[in-house]
Amino acid sequence: MNAIIFSAIWGVVMMFSSAFLKNKNAIRLLAITGAALLLALNILELYQASQGVHFLSIDTKGMLAFETFGMLANTVAFASTLLFLLFSAKDIEEVGPNSGDYFALIFFVLCGVALVTSYNNLLMLFIGIEVLSIPLYILTGSSKRNLKGNEAALKYFLMGSFSTGLMLLGIAFLYGASPTGSFFIDDIGIGHGPVSPLFVVGLLLLIAALSFKVSAAPFHFWTPDVYDGAPTPFTSFMATVVKGAAFIAFIRLFADSFGEAQAQWQLIIAIIAAATLFIGNITAVFQQSVKRMLAYSSIAQVGFMLLAILSLKQIAQDGIILYIAAYSLATIGIFAVLGRLKDQTYEGFNGLAKQHPVLAFVSTIFLLSLAGIPLTAGFFAKYYMLTALLQTGKFLWLAIFAVLCAAVSVYYYFRVIQAMYFKEGVEQEIDASAGFKNLLIIDVILIILLGIFPQVLINALSILYL
Amino acid sequence: MIPVLLIAIPLLSGLIGFAIKNSNSAKNWSLFTAIITLAVAVYGLTLDKKAPGLQFDAEWIFALGSRFSLALDGLSQLLTLLTAISFPVILIATYNTSYKNAKNFYALMMLSMAGIMGVFLATDALLFYFFWELALIPVYFLCSQWGGEKRIAATFKFFIYTFIGSLLMLVGIIYLYLHTANHSFALKDFYGLHATIAPKDQAWLFWLFFIAFAIKMPIFPFHTWQPDTYEQSPAAVTMVLSGIMVKMGLFGLLRWLGPILPMGTWVWGDTASGLCIIGMIYASLVAMRQDDLKRLVAYSSIAHIGLMCLAIFATTEIALQGVMIQMFNHGINIIALWIVVDLIERQMGTRKISELGGLAKKAPALAILLMIVALANIALPLTNAFVGELLMFSGIYSSEATKYNVVFTTTAAVCVILSAIYMLNMIQKVFFGETNALTEKAMDIRWNEKIILGVVVVLIFVIGVFPQPALEFTKTTVEMILTKMNFKN
Repeated sequence: MNAIIFSAIWGVVMMFSSAFLKNKNAIRLLAITGAALLLALNILELYQASQGVHFLSIDTKGMLAFETFGMLANTVAFASTLLFLLFSAKDIEEVGPNSGDYFALIFFVLCGVALVTSYNNLLMLFIGIEVLSIPLYILTGSSKRNLKGNEAALKYFLMGSFSTGLMLLGIAFLYGASPTGSFFIDDIGIGHGPVSPLFVVGLLLLIAALSFKVSAAPFHFWTPDVYDGAPTPFTSFMATVVKGAAFIAFIRLFADSFGEAQAQWQLIIAIIAAATLFIGNITAVFQQSVKRMLAYSSIAQVGFMLLAILSLKQIAQDGIILYIAAYSLATIGIFAVLGRLKDQTYEGFNGLAKQHPVLAFVSTIFLLSLAGIPLTAGFFAKYYMLTALLQTGKFLWLAIFAVLCAAVSVYYYFRVIQAMYFKEGVEQEIDASAGFKNLLIIDVILIILLGIFPQVLINALSILYL
Repeated sequence: MIPVLLIAIPLLSGLIGFAIKNSNSAKNWSLFTAIITLAVAVYGLTLDKKAPGLQFDAEWIFALGSRFSLALDGLSQLLTLLTAISFPVILIATYNTSYKNAKNFYALMMLSMAGIMGVFLATDALLFYFFWELALIPVYFLCSQWGGEKRIAATFKFFIYTFIGSLLMLVGIIYLYLHTANHSFALKDFYGLHATIAPKDQAWLFWLFFIAFAIKMPIFPFHTWQPDTYEQSPAAVTMVLSGIMVKMGLFGLLRWLGPILPMGTWVWGDTASGLCIIGMIYASLVAMRQDDLKRLVAYSSIAHIGLMCLAIFATTEIALQGVMIQMFNHGINIIALWIVVDLIERQMGTRKISELGGLAKKAPALAILLMIVALANIALPLTNAFVGELLMFSGIYSSEATKYNVVFTTTAAVCVILSAIYMLNMIQKVFFGETNALTEKAMDIRWNEKIILGVVVVLIFVIGVFPQPALEFTKTTVEMILTKMNFKN
């Protein structure tokens, strides 16, 4: 509750900040402070959840439920945002003249994040998704003179609206199919009873709409263009925080409402996961631009995350949090480095190790983590997903298919490493302050820490349940 | 504590090594720590097998049921000893090579040593997987940074191959983990699984593991990365790859696959043996036609490893004893061969057999030492490999696990003959005959190279003449593996 209200208020504060504060540094500082406060407030609420002490408490008539799982997802999302702002706040200022607006939009997105991690009612899910998406449409097109950005924003907006339309239709069907006529996620499930066609249609529409939001194949076509067209810092934000939140919405809905009807949809999700893995990985191999490659790789990572939805076991829920954390840490880091390069193709990375050994080293760790090499957080993320999948006792083919796709992913991630370490490049000036480098190193330490002791995060989860 | 030291010393040495500015001190530092590791490994040999100092067990990831547990038994002692001997030998033998960014080179070498040690020591499946991958990463960077002209493509192929294998193994490990009663990764819990996992499941699980190990060894048809990588890697790394890292595959069969999935191993034993046989013949024939010294040794290595893998599937005590001793011998012999190849290449600037000739006149010491190593490689009596191969052949012949034992033995024996042909042919062309313009200027080897090759030759003869202590050393482990593999509870 803290998070929803505070992020909305801080968004408004940021909107007015550009009117009252002339100094850009002050605006930036304000945004970073806001993110830090948001994180702190959320953690406070997490710890106090058992006592029921909140800074603000509004009776939502059960439409929102603040459970530990969603709150932990919030924590990961806000921590990622803080890290993201620390890395990229300066880059955001360079996108356009009104940096205060961009920060405001980011806080509104965070409000949407907090909504979709806590909805208990399909209407709140819908509102949450809209609150999450609309600022993103604007952020994508925020670089006004950039044609590619404009195209991406329009495309994203049209396709996004269409998918929310589908979602609304699906919700309506589910409402009609629910035995008691309710929007609450506990009531729309059909238990083990007979399946009505209404229910199946509604379920399929929701799967399609949510697959669109997390960019799973075959609803992924917007992703590369939008990620490529949007200003790099916003791409990083979209690919991590927003995608993670959409996943939490996805898994909560399926765990709470449709868990018992698993037989109806499990195969569909399995096929979507396989298709996502295949298309994401194979297409990423052929990209020339690293930014576009990362867009496809983010699709590929979604394929792995979908395995959690397939399983819905406890380990899958723990695992998805770990996955989002691991993936966000690495992706935000690699985008931060990428944002500083002038040439964002593979050639831009040539010879980076000689001129900027620190940048090359941290990028290597980020890429290794994305590829899922042991000692990095990415390994345990993938490990949890595979274990969750195998625990279902079915879908062994999917596990083998997934690891083969992971092996393909090594190809394009390592191409960057090869460019940095084994190829000769031209001298390039990179604006990387000591503070920026230290942040990158902190990011790397977090990744390695989670790669050796993943229970740090998971235990935090289980301790907080008590 | 000893297993921890065996990993920690090279690991710390590597991490500190990155910080040493002077390349000569970096070299000496890694050599020094490698020798300390050797001393620790030798000290471990003197302890009683049941001594608590040979085990280590600590909490690691409680939530997953994974523990940081290491242990030294006959098998792991043998292979850690091989690793501990090989690294100082390699470092001394390539002491005069100078590398760009030498400190990184030596640091990465030590890190790979730590990873390899971990593979041989881990008794927790997740930990084993961790080290299995970690041993690969430093080697990837070593080959790609300091290798030959086509190094990037070759090493990349190597990396992807092994990565696919290890990921398949990961799926297998998770599957087994989920079937243990108390959800644990401990080796002893995995050993209890052979009764609970149905034979038809064992049959497909076998391949998840076997492909990973087969790629590492390598076994036909998973071998295509190997000649390219050996050829393109810097000499020191080739020695690590062929001398030690291929043993990881054999070790995996002996420690994990065979005892855990005995039914699967039995069902697919003949198929796997068939692949070994095909690979041996194929590699021997290809080796005969090679003009490049490195590729010749690479292919000969495929043939030798194939024989060891074949012997494992024979599941007789005598064959496994042969494998044990041969793993050690092969490591030593092939490193010695690489040292010679490296010496020739550094002096002559070429590895082409057709461009060399008459070296024996100019470098008599080198010629004598190489002759002994080459004879050991083709398993002449009195040399160490003879003991190993004799045991393996009689083990395969007397195997009850397969009905093709006679076929396997005779075909494998043909490969020994082939190996004699290509090795002797190589010696003849490189060392005898007329000197040409290139070899006219050749000089004999230096003292450090003489000492290293001398040590290897002594080892070759000692084990060749007096193998009994080594055999007794691995006896209990072999019996343990066999009771699991032959369901003799």
